[in-house]
Amino acid sequence: MSARVEITLTVNGERVTRSVEARRHLIDFLRLDLGLTGSHAGCEHGVCGACTVRVDGEIVRGCLVLAAALDGAEVTTIEGLTDSGEVADLQDAFVARNAAQCGFCSPGMVMAAADILRHHPGATRAEIREHLSGNYCRCTGYQSIVDAVEGTLKAREGTR
Amino acid sequence: MKWPAIGYVRADSLDDLWRIQAEHGAAAQVLAGGQTLLATLAFRLSDPKLLVDITRIAALRGVELQGGVLRIGALTRHAELARDGLVAAHAPLLAEAAPLIAHPAIRNRGTIGGSLAYADPAAELPACVVALGATIVTASAAGGRRIPAAAFFTGLLETALEPGEIIAAVEVPVATQATRSAIREVARRSGDYAMAGLAASLEMDGARVGAARLVFFGVGAGPVLAARAGAALQGRVLDGAAVAAAQASLAQDLDPPADMHGPPEMKRHLARVLVQRVLAGFQPETEAAA
Repeated sequence: MSARVEITLTVNGERVTRSVEARRHLIDFLRLDLGLTGSHAGCEHGVCGACTVRVDGEIVRGCLVLAAALDGAEVTTIEGLTDSGEVADLQDAFVARNAAQCGFCSPGMVMAAADILRHHPGATRAEIREHLSGNYCRCTGYQSIVDAVEGTLKAREGTR
Repeated sequence: MKWPAIGYVRADSLDDLWRIQAEHGAAAQVLAGGQTLLATLAFRLSDPKLLVDITRIAALRGVELQGGVLRIGALTRHAELARDGLVAAHAPLLAEAAPLIAHPAIRNRGTIGGSLAYADPAAELPACVVALGATIVTASAAGGRRIPAAAFFTGLLETALEPGEIIAAVEVPVATQATRSAIREVARRSGDYAMAGLAASLEMDGARVGAARLVFFGVGAGPVLAARAGAALQGRVLDGAAVAAAQASLAQDLDPPADMHGPPEMKRHLARVLVQRVLAGFQPETEAAA
């Protein structure tokens, strides 16, 4: 039994080794220990989606994952996703549609939307809404966000 | 809120887990997907001293067809249930239920074993395994047990699991050509726990119902098998009269408590609506339209 655990994992392609408190959740690990402040800690009980990041290729709630449990894992944050260029068009669409206002939800929203682009390229508007239903936005009323995702899907469809 | 100070240890095998349990006793809390447990820590609704991570125990993983039974490892995540080919073919009710659970990011972590062990009365999977007549296979240092799903859920957030005992797998009798199953729920927002829901599994005998198991969730202390409504369907063609008979029987099957969503009568109403919606899906199209 240990209150501190040593973990080695890959974050945005970079190998990191840290000793973490067992009680540390992934988002505090990213923000406070690694200085990656793009992922936001919102409700911290799995409701708001602001902390959405990828672990081993799939999106998770960063506030409901123990950093200590991630030895050997591969984590991608909004910083890594942005640097890779994977969703540059989606991010441009967010700007063009004014899909971010205060911006607090945006990193998580983009992570969840990127999941749609990867796994559900043919998603309908209803399916986009359903997929983003776990990500709260208190500013936009969601329409512009759904517009941005839908527009990106259609643009990608056109270029394929 | 931040999680309280706590210990963490990983069990890499069942023997490892038994050793850790022997050392720490009741202070050790098994951690699987953590999508409920870790939220309860944030709310201080639970206060374990040591989290024992079981997610890397290979014996608790995998989905396999074993004769007439589909064995689903306890660590199978909801997202895996939704996309697994064996689940879709042999336990389609579970594949249909998985997308109703919370949101994609939660479904990527949450496990079937965790959902069943937590036994939330409004959760989908407990109702599904009761409807399917599944068996809960457990493991413990003292040996495993096989518990019929209907006997597994014993009260509000309570199960037949003994201290130190964990769910190892769920065994589901495979669906046949004569099986019809469906799940429907009513929730105010996508991904919320249901105000009321119904998981149903019917064995047809030609055009008639051979046997029906209608199991409600969100209307009691756990999954509620509506035995009288099921019996009312037996031997009948699934027409409007059969639906009405099942709905009428619900009055004796259900005794829903009031909750934050509304009074018992609202739950009873939703239960009748759900019976209609589920059974309509099994009717030939002409009947459903009528």
